Amino acid sequence: MKSAAAVTLIRLFDTGVRFGEVQALKPLNLTVCQGEFIALVGANGSGKTTLLRLLHGLLAHTGRRESSLPAVRQAMVFQKPFFLRLSVLNNLQIALWLSGVPRVARLELAQLALLRVGLIELRDRSAHALSGGQQQRLALARAWAIKPQILFLDEPTANLDPYAKNEVEALLQSFASEGMSLVMSTHNLGQARRLAKRVIYLEAGAVKLDLPVENFFDTKAFTHANLFLNAESPWS
Amino acid sequence: MCVSFSASPNLSSVYESLHAAWRLIQHFDADLMRTVSLSLAVSGAACVCASGLGLMAGAALATSRFAGQRVLMLLLNTLLALPSVLVGLVVYLLLSRSGPLGSWGILFTPAAMVIAQTILVLPVVVVLTRQIVADGLLDGSDTLRSMGASTLVRAGLMLLHERWAVLTVVLTAFGRAIAEVGAVMIVGGNIDGVTRVMTTAMALETSKGDLPLAMALGLVLLSTVAVVNVVIFTARAWGERVAPATVGAI
Repeated sequence: MKSAAAVTLIRLFDTGVRFGEVQALKPLNLTVCQGEFIALVGANGSGKTTLLRLLHGLLAHTGRRESSLPAVRQAMVFQKPFFLRLSVLNNLQIALWLSGVPRVARLELAQLALLRVGLIELRDRSAHALSGGQQQRLALARAWAIKPQILFLDEPTANLDPYAKNEVEALLQSFASEGMSLVMSTHNLGQARRLAKRVIYLEAGAVKLDLPVENFFDTKAFTHANLFLNAESPWS
Repeated sequence: MCVSFSASPNLSSVYESLHAAWRLIQHFDADLMRTVSLSLAVSGAACVCASGLGLMAGAALATSRFAGQRVLMLLLNTLLALPSVLVGLVVYLLLSRSGPLGSWGILFTPAAMVIAQTILVLPVVVVLTRQIVADGLLDGSDTLRSMGASTLVRAGLMLLHERWAVLTVVLTAFGRAIAEVGAVMIVGGNIDGVTRVMTTAMALETSKGDLPLAMALGLVLLSTVAVVNVVIFTARAWGERVAPATVGAI
C-alpha cells in the first residue's frame, strides 16, 4: 500500500489480540505510513476498535508492534470522548501537560486548538456542559493540540447529527491536508469514500480486504464485503 | 455543663431535651464550647490524616493490579465494621507506658484520640475512594492512558475528576469519627477540659442518669455536624457551578 518514499509510522508483524478465550483479532501484518488516511470498516464485533487500540498501543498482544520512528506522537479520539470535570481550556491544558509540553506554551497551544475547532468562546465552560458535537470537536482539538503524527479515531461521528458530522469531517480533512496520518473506524461507507485513501475491511477479527479506496468500492472479489457494502445505507 | 436536670428518667422527653439543647447553645456555655471545639478539632484532624493517606491509597488500589489485591480488599471491607472499642484498646496498648509507643507519652491526650480515630476511619476513606475512582476509570481509563498518563497520574486525575464525590467520602469519614465514643473514651480518658468530647460527655451524663442533658448534647452534636455539612455542600454547589473555569490546570 505504501509508496517507495512513504515513511512507515507503525508496523504490525503477525500481531493478534486475545480477550481471555476470545480471539478478538487474528494475527495480522499491517503497516501505517505517514500521510495515509485509512478507514477501517466492518460489521459490529469485526475487530475495528480492537485494531485501533492495538495500533495505538493500548492493548496487550501477541506478535510484534513496532513504531518505525523513535517516538511517534500519536493520539486517539474515542467514540464517546471522556473529559475531566473541568473547563474546556483546562482539559486541553492537562492533555498538553501529559504530552510533555512546557507550562509556558500550554495556554497558547490550548487556545490555538480551540480556535482551530471553533470552540474558543466556550473555553471557560465545563467540558461536560457541551453538546455531543461540541464534545467531539473538543476531543479533536485535544488530539490536534499535541500535534500527533498519527491520529486514531473510533467512529468519531457515530452519534452526531448531520451538521455536527459535517463539521467533524471538515476538520478531519483539514488535519489530513496538513500531513497528519489518520486511521478511522466507521460504519459510514460514504464517509470512508469521502475521506479515506485506503480502506481495510475486517470480518470476525481478520483483515479480509486492504485496498486503495477507489479499488475497494469497485471490487467484486469478496462476497462478504459486497454483502456488507450492500447492507449499508448508500453513501449517506 | 451549667445546665442540669434531676436524674428522673420521666423528665427525659424530647421537648425537654430540645429545650436543654437550646439553653446550652443560647448561654454559650464555655464548657460546652470547649467540648464542641475539641470534638471538631480531634475528628477534623483525624479526617485530614485519614484522607491524606486514604485518598491516594484508594486511588492507587483502583488503578493498579497486584498479587493479593483481592485479599487486601476483603480485609479493608471487613475493617469497615471495625469496632471503635477495639481500635481504642489496640491504640491504648500501643501507647500505654509499657507499650511499644509508650515513650511518646501521649496517652490520654487529644493526639492519642486523633490516632485512634484516624485508624477507625481510614478503611472508610480507602474503600469508598477505590470504588469511586474505579467507577470513573470505566469511562476514562482508555482516554487517560491514550494521553500518556501513568498509573499514579491517572489516580490523581480521577480524584480531581471525582472531587465532589470524594468530598462526600471525607464527610462520611468525619461523621464516623465525630460520632464514635469507644475509642476516644479509652485512649482519651474523658478528662474534663482536656480530652472530653461530645460523645464522651454524652456517655458520662447518661451514666449519671441525666438523660435530657445527654440527649441535648447529642442534639448539639448533630447540629454542629449539620452546620459543617451545610458549609461544605454550599461550597460544593458553588464549585459545581463555577469551578470548571477556576480549577487551576497543572
